[in-house]
Amino acid sequence: MSEREQQMKQDQTVRAGTAEPSDPPAAERAEQAAGTNEAAPLVAGADVNPSRIDQTAAEGEETPAPGAEQREGDGVSEKARQTVTPEKQADSSKQADVPKGGDESGSAAEGATAGEAAKNEAGVKAADSADADKEAKRKAAAEARAARAAAKAKADGDGGESAQPKPPSPNQPLLDRLVDILKREVGEDAVESAWINPIGDIPTVSLRAERLVDCARVLRDHPELQLNYLRNVAGVDMETHMEVVYHFISLNNKINYSIKVKTDREHPSVPSVSEVWSTANWNEREIYDLLGIDFPGHPDLRRILMPDDWVGYPLRKDYVPADPEV
Amino acid sequence: MAIRTEELLLNVGPQHPSTHGVLRVVVKLDGEVITEATPVIGYLHRGTEKLAENLNYTQIIPYTDRMDYVSAMTNNYVLCHTVEKMMGIEVPERAEFLRLIVMELQRIASHQVWWGTYLLDIGSLSPFLYAFWDREIIINLFNELCGARLTYNYMRVGGVKWDAPEGWIDKVKDFVKYMKGRLEVYDRLVTGNEIFLARVKGVGKYDAQTAIDYGLSGANLRCTGVAWDLRKTQPYSLYDRFEFDVATAEEGDCWARYKVRLEEIRQSLRILEQALEQFPPEGEIMGKVPRVVRPPEGEYYAAIESPRGEIGCYIVSKGKAEPYRLKFRRPSFVNLQVLPKLLVGETMTNLVTILGSIDIVLGEVDC
Amino acid sequence: MGGMFSGPLTWQNAIVWILASVVLLFLVLGFVTYAIYFERKILGWAQARHGPNRVGPFGLLQTVADVAKVLMKEDIMPKNADRALFILAPFLAFVPAFTVLATIPFTGWAYFADLNVGLLYYVALSSITTLGILLGGWASNNKYALLGGMRSAAQMISYEIPLVISVVGVVLLSGSLNMSKIVDGQEGWFWNWNIVPQFLGFVVFMIAAFAELNRTPFDLPEAESELVAGYFVEYSGFRWAMYMLTEYVYMFAIAALTTVLFLGGWHAPAPFLEFIPGIVWFLLKFAFVVFFIIWTRATLPRMRVDQLMGFGWKVLLPLALANVFLTAVWLEIFN
Repeated sequence: MSEREQQMKQDQTVRAGTAEPSDPPAAERAEQAAGTNEAAPLVAGADVNPSRIDQTAAEGEETPAPGAEQREGDGVSEKARQTVTPEKQADSSKQADVPKGGDESGSAAEGATAGEAAKNEAGVKAADSADADKEAKRKAAAEARAARAAAKAKADGDGGESAQPKPPSPNQPLLDRLVDILKREVGEDAVESAWINPIGDIPTVSLRAERLVDCARVLRDHPELQLNYLRNVAGVDMETHMEVVYHFISLNNKINYSIKVKTDREHPSVPSVSEVWSTANWNEREIYDLLGIDFPGHPDLRRILMPDDWVGYPLRKDYVPADPEV
Repeated sequence: MAIRTEELLLNVGPQHPSTHGVLRVVVKLDGEVITEATPVIGYLHRGTEKLAENLNYTQIIPYTDRMDYVSAMTNNYVLCHTVEKMMGIEVPERAEFLRLIVMELQRIASHQVWWGTYLLDIGSLSPFLYAFWDREIIINLFNELCGARLTYNYMRVGGVKWDAPEGWIDKVKDFVKYMKGRLEVYDRLVTGNEIFLARVKGVGKYDAQTAIDYGLSGANLRCTGVAWDLRKTQPYSLYDRFEFDVATAEEGDCWARYKVRLEEIRQSLRILEQALEQFPPEGEIMGKVPRVVRPPEGEYYAAIESPRGEIGCYIVSKGKAEPYRLKFRRPSFVNLQVLPKLLVGETMTNLVTILGSIDIVLGEVDC
Repeated sequence: MGGMFSGPLTWQNAIVWILASVVLLFLVLGFVTYAIYFERKILGWAQARHGPNRVGPFGLLQTVADVAKVLMKEDIMPKNADRALFILAPFLAFVPAFTVLATIPFTGWAYFADLNVGLLYYVALSSITTLGILLGGWASNNKYALLGGMRSAAQMISYEIPLVISVVGVVLLSGSLNMSKIVDGQEGWFWNWNIVPQFLGFVVFMIAAFAELNRTPFDLPEAESELVAGYFVEYSGFRWAMYMLTEYVYMFAIAALTTVLFLGGWHAPAPFLEFIPGIVWFLLKFAFVVFFIIWTRATLPRMRVDQLMGFGWKVLLPLALANVFLTAVWLEIFN
């Protein structure tokens, strides 16, 4: 298991500067580093390997992560856990059944580790020499942490056994109804996907760009929805595509909804909804100005914040200013 | 024989005493009547949203101060609130009380600036001084609390940075009493004045449907009778613990907006009274927050009621310490859209009156 | 003193007359200096602040410093401005302001000309200032100045009519347009002052006077916050000083006129106080009128141009006419 040991050592060296002392996962890892078995490095590898952040970030994004208890809050570690099973998520803060979790994440760790063993080699060689003292210190700290973690685990009960998926959001029926209405009024192909945004339980729907204006009219006029107040229109440059996000609320029902429209990056184009809600007028101009998304149907699409003769779209991720010294 | 008239293209330029900042309105005049008005903005665009993509959340807080610089506390709050919601951080009670108190004080200060400058635009010189005299008290309170008079950088994700110094709460209580009396002075000087009423009644009128369609918020929406105040309808912070009314008016013109804002000052004083009563004598000012603030992956839009309207913060996070995309929904930006519609058919004088009543701050319009 | 001015036009007389006028000019300039100072002080006190208090004891030399600064400024003329008119306009505005002072009697003996049509002379000359303002707005080649000039012309012309008609009542009561005779008619106790029988006329006169002076609440032509100083936005240095001077000399003239027409001129409020020289009473009443004008500026907002015009034609003019009618009826019945 040399490569796993190396990995673990590298972890610890890198984490020396960035670890949060009260982290149960770190406690677990260190405890295992203090001299247990092969399961340890697997978990260690799965939890946080800063060098892996780059790799996994490039792998593309999937489902949104649950918000609640991620004290560590590291997206990479969560994704690694998520791609395994939902139960591993429950585990990560509870530490009730380490070996089980260790196995599960081991597979993920392995998969990623194999991919970058080469990368680790170089770093590990430097890490080795400094390790001796650090190991000793870390053992002591780790034992304290482990004690705390164990106490916490006991207090939490057997959270690790809660293997069921998160309970459905209370707004799920609203989401279903929304999708239903849109499908019936506009067309089967209007809705691309629908989900509940776990932060805030907001029904979110992704629509097809061509159907957007029709959907907009339905959203505004349908008696059950009455989404007459468009709160916010935002453009987001996800590196693979671009999105325009609309946030609504119904002043009567006080329910928040969120609509997304995806468009590609080469020629981004989303039909304008400024006829349906006048709020969108300047918001779309701003998105056009800063991100370059075209809005056919907009009455007056020109730059609003940048000077009129500006070249380029500043908010894009690949924007290079013409004058780099500025 | 018909008289040939030409349209006059007047540039109410970026430098103008009454545009509340660097706003340019290109106005086509026929005599004194405006036939078309086009606002041109962007003179104060500083690229806050782009900068935010390279800064961690605590570093963005000073940038929020400078967006709506007249009302910096609410800007701080919207960012911290969004991040806290995303991370599920609980803010300790004392910190939340402090936040609420400074936000309401800020609301009063902002409305004082609005009142003073609005009357200056209308031609009355003295109310400006009165308003700023009273605002000095609030600013000095903030100075004591966090060391700054205008851009406070006071709130942090999970709480506030500085605790209230000794005696500060009593000073705020004194101010609340003082300000109640001052509102009557304001009314005596201005609100009943015939000339003022003739200037603002019936000017810049719109109905509730237009307001909702244009996404107006704050006093601009409530002046048409729509009782939509985010502190009541989507409560955040501790607003659901306090009793206060939502200020509305029916007419939908400048006079209605004036009344609504003055009433908001009264209601803020009411909230402050209650908050100061219930202020916890001790407690933490900062919750349990990791050293590096990393919201989990996901996105969230949260909005609060700033003195100008609904200020919102939309964050897309990839789990890093910096936001992937941070967008601010600025109330002045959205409210300013309705200006061209309101100005058609008005005289030049009313341009200033209407623009003042929408209450914009260019730092927020341009972000 | 009037006798000094009647006589053949010899060199000697001419020099004496010119010198006397220069003395008045300096007195008026002195008034302007300290009127500006007091305006700033009074506005300051009304706004809970001090006003100028650094330059000289109690800030008394503030205006002197300001005038010195203004005179030292570069003379800027916009490139496309109409040169001749641009230069002419401030003087055209100022000269009538000064010349109307000729017929105002400051005391029983201190006057320059005892015209039998003194009041008419005043009103006639003061209309010429409107021309100067209009020209200034046009010649500046600036849209804001043009708008200001147009507004100002409209305002001043429309308010001259109530101004003149409101004093017709006084003329009827005194039986003469001669200012000295008007003052003589107010001798005795203060209820003989024309303000008492002619109160309506006084109110209309005061409001119209504010409009003539372009002062708040009728300061639209100089609406700082909208037109960025209106018709004199392109003027700087000495020419701007001339416009400022015009405004304040007019304030002097209107205050003096109000005192003479309505407040009893140089007469004391009670006969037993007549031992105090008339000039003192004149100055006291005059100072009160000036203070009232400044006080209004500190308090009231500005009227909008269409409301202003509507007010002048639809409210003030009928009131002034009603005043004349009532005065005539009263005179007919009781005299």
